[in-house]
Amino acid sequence: MKAAPFDYVRAENLAHALDKLSESGGDAKLIAGGQSLVPMMAMRLARPALLIDINRLDELKDIEIQATHVKVGAGVRQRDLEFHPQVHSHLPLVGKSMQWVGHEQTRNRGSVGGSLVHADPSAELALAALVLEAGFTLESKSDGRRHLKADEFFLGPMFTAVSDTEALTQTDWPVWQGSYLGTSFEETAIRKGDFAMASAACQIQIHEDGRIRRISFGIGGVDGTPLVFPELAKSLEGQVLSPERALHVAHEAAQSSQPGSDMHATAAYRKHLAEVLLSRALQSAYAEACANTHSSNIT
Amino acid sequence: MTASNTLLKSIQIQVNGTHQHRLVEPRTSLVDFIRDELGLTGTHVGCEHGVCGACTVLLNDEPVRSCCMFAVQADEMRVTTVEGLAPERGVMTKIQDAFCEKHALQCGYCTPGMLIACHALVADNPHPTEEQVRDAISSNICRCTGYQQIVDAVMYATQAEGK
Repeated sequence: MKAAPFDYVRAENLAHALDKLSESGGDAKLIAGGQSLVPMMAMRLARPALLIDINRLDELKDIEIQATHVKVGAGVRQRDLEFHPQVHSHLPLVGKSMQWVGHEQTRNRGSVGGSLVHADPSAELALAALVLEAGFTLESKSDGRRHLKADEFFLGPMFTAVSDTEALTQTDWPVWQGSYLGTSFEETAIRKGDFAMASAACQIQIHEDGRIRRISFGIGGVDGTPLVFPELAKSLEGQVLSPERALHVAHEAAQSSQPGSDMHATAAYRKHLAEVLLSRALQSAYAEACANTHSSNIT
Repeated sequence: MTASNTLLKSIQIQVNGTHQHRLVEPRTSLVDFIRDELGLTGTHVGCEHGVCGACTVLLNDEPVRSCCMFAVQADEMRVTTVEGLAPERGVMTKIQDAFCEKHALQCGYCTPGMLIACHALVADNPHPTEEQVRDAISSNICRCTGYQQIVDAVMYATQAEGK
């Protein structure tokens, strides 16, 4: 359980990190918080020849709040996102997901970008990014900057569109405009903070009369990447979300997943769990949106 | 820093108030550095991949897992281990005393990590609820106590305050 030997360099700035990545020809890894990479190296599932430490680069640590978007630098610590008051008001779903991301001890070190590029199928931030259709900015020395959508970024378990010489530098989270919003994040794990056996997230916006104006939802931990269901979501627009309808949609969604089995749970159990959690997430996000229409009528 | 063509890196870390200047291999984890280089064996090594919490230390006053970072990454930072919790030798903190009082340990393997996690909690939140204590130690595995006595100890230490 000790990492294989490697060389280490602390990047002076982003350009320096990209230079080093480009020189290494694919044998280097960027390290920020290291909460996924260090265990991978300890188990020798990863054996980079060079670690390029970007943990201290302030240029990757901005959280920029705008009316329509929140831009989060890839190096922002998970803990800093968790406790940012405007993240909770602008991106309530992200706010709710953070308490499920590892433990306080790992969130103190772990970065937002690190979790996303690690792309564990059960990662909460990956699920939130897909549900909210976050944008990803990648940079390399040779090809400069390119922008991808969440569904182009996550390609499979621990597998993203980031090339060997590229760095994720920023994520861009759309803020839903207007009122009557509701969000929910549900998860089941063996121990709180451990990998999700299954998780579900939903963001919903309703009309004043309770009909759905806009909805997006997904499930995590039950396939190679978190799954989102834009067509099912579209079919709910204009409808009122009865518990029966929520159950029906959750069933449809979970049926399309392909979870694996392990010592903790069978594939069938995980599928069932995803259905139950998604049904809960849909209903509790809807209930929150309804409560928001009531409170705004009173005030 | 040493030249990048040599594998050894020079680091300066303040551990329990003492300045340490050493050469380390980049692959040396912070916990191995603390135990093997500095001889501070209070911090325990459990799973070595970020699951058990036995190696928890304070890094710039925040709890982190010292098996999940390399010593070289802690350059120019402050580390507090279980040996550094009490103000002087022979004295224990209120939480350490409460661990004895409430029998919050049996084999003692998880105890250093538990103590660090509990001290970090109480530093932020001097009067936690039982649920907050459980949340704070959810990152640490104990195979003896069933956790109840640990929760009891933190509640005892934080509620007895001011007596």
